[in-house]
Amino acid sequence: MNPMARPEQTAIAAVSPPAGGAVAADRGNVLELGGAAVRVGGATLWSGVDLAVGAGEFVAVLGPNGVGKTTLLKVLLGLLPVAEGQVRVLGEPAGRANSRIGYLPQRRSFDASSRIRGTDVVRLGLDGDRWGIPLPFGRRSRDAARRVNEVIGLVGASGYAGRPIGECSGGEQQRLLIAQALIRRPQLLLLDEPLDSLDLPNQAAAAALISRICAVEGVTVVMVAHDVNPILAHLDRVVYIAAGGAAAGTPAEVVTSETLTRLYQTPVEVLRTSAGHLVVVGQPEAPAVHADRHAAGGAP
Amino acid sequence: MNPVFSWNLLADFRHMWAFPFMVNAFRAGVVVAVVAGLMGWFMVLRRQSFAGHTLAVAAFPGAAGATLIGISAAYGYFAFCGAAAVIIAAATRGRRSAGGLAAESALTGTVQALALACGLLFVALYKGFLNGTTALLFGSFLGITAGQVAVLAAAGAAVLAVLAVIGRPLLFASVDPDVAAARGVPVRLLSAAFLVLLGAAVAETAQITGALLVFALLVMPAATAQRLTARPLASVVLTVIIGWAVTWAGLIAAYYSPYPIGFYVTSFAFAVYLAAHIAATARYRRRRHVTLAAVPA
Repeated sequence: MNPMARPEQTAIAAVSPPAGGAVAADRGNVLELGGAAVRVGGATLWSGVDLAVGAGEFVAVLGPNGVGKTTLLKVLLGLLPVAEGQVRVLGEPAGRANSRIGYLPQRRSFDASSRIRGTDVVRLGLDGDRWGIPLPFGRRSRDAARRVNEVIGLVGASGYAGRPIGECSGGEQQRLLIAQALIRRPQLLLLDEPLDSLDLPNQAAAAALISRICAVEGVTVVMVAHDVNPILAHLDRVVYIAAGGAAAGTPAEVVTSETLTRLYQTPVEVLRTSAGHLVVVGQPEAPAVHADRHAAGGAP
Repeated sequence: MNPVFSWNLLADFRHMWAFPFMVNAFRAGVVVAVVAGLMGWFMVLRRQSFAGHTLAVAAFPGAAGATLIGISAAYGYFAFCGAAAVIIAAATRGRRSAGGLAAESALTGTVQALALACGLLFVALYKGFLNGTTALLFGSFLGITAGQVAVLAAAGAAVLAVLAVIGRPLLFASVDPDVAAARGVPVRLLSAAFLVLLGAAVAETAQITGALLVFALLVMPAATAQRLTARPLASVVLTVIIGWAVTWAGLIAAYYSPYPIGFYVTSFAFAVYLAAHIAATARYRRRRHVTLAAVPA
């Protein structure tokens, strides 16, 4: 009873034009993956992934735990090489354009005893990678302070940015971290499960905020998510990764019984509730995938 | 003969500074307070107080070993503190994960236990060294020369120059390592570099303050300042001021009384920490109370 057993990694091409053809395909692709495969510790996480994301799109990367969603973001940042295929980000090989990328890693939260203010965390996103000590006066310092205030205002965090970040709630911390990721006016925003530690109202608020930034600032957003429902209304496209393959397209195309059944290689049913939420029934959960991944090649 | 404290600080300082050894002690105190304070600020922020304590303890066998084989104690300080820093740095790769932190803490403790054991052995081998042991652990503030102060100041300036260069990325890597790494900050390298720098700072200051007092000056001013404010610049300045003030206050108290300076510096620092803790707790309670009151019933 191993639904994921397979002789070798299934490669599923997932090429699709930008949703509805509406979104700025002529401005060139922000992200391009061609036949990309990733191996971690000798086991192939996913392979044969083709993907093209246009400027200003809001894309969700979905799939069960342990399938390699975070790994995809690391590949896009150039922190992990692809085993096969090519990756181009903002017109350059992965890792070269990181100064134009805002990245929000997966995390639970800052420790309650973190003795540093939200504004300082945001400010570090601006010039924290520079050597030397910043002067606390002068034009550069004033410009930096103005940009910090501006971006904190943009995410609506002005009320608590001056407090120690450990004393902020999970939703407040997440807004400050989004501000940190946005401060350099990135063209691409990579968000790893930003809604994960939030309660439902905060999930909805954060999803609306990200969608608004995507539209207003013209930033391309790639968000790893465990649950598609809080962001479903805002999405241009989804990439669904499952056990070796991936499919991309509009939510209506990808999150269907047929596509997921094919990806999981086991019967999966997608139901739509009266509120328009999608419910995926019968998807194998993380342990099965993990067990299979670690036993790759030797699985019966 | 015994000098009496007059509460007229100007007169007291004029009296104490009539003696060159006291002038040297006050000067050394400034250098030690500033260097230990600034290094300690990062140490406390990075939650590496245990590593800092271990480096301080490593100063003891370093000095005892150097005395045993008849070389300058300075070599022993730098050799042992440096070696301990390198060992802990090698083990901190991949810290942040809970398992990494547990492994780091266990290894740091192991290094500390071994350092103490080595110190004990060296003291036992060097018979008649017992007076020296007290100086190694609790310092010899009052016995230093103008030349030692100059060397101390030069070494302190070198440590602070390196810290000034790596300070901002080190802060980024300490607060937010994942994002810092994605931005190209060499997080692991900085982590190792910081420990080695901390080892050097400890080796240098412990020659004056002793192995135990150096840790007090590393941890207490920084912990107090960070309790009082979350503004980085303000808490760095506050750290230096507190370190400076308790060191000088300790020197004055030790001069006018028969008790050791290490006790005074540490007790004053503890008193300031306690006061800061009470003040910060009261402020937090009051703010929460105000916030709750602002919510309409």
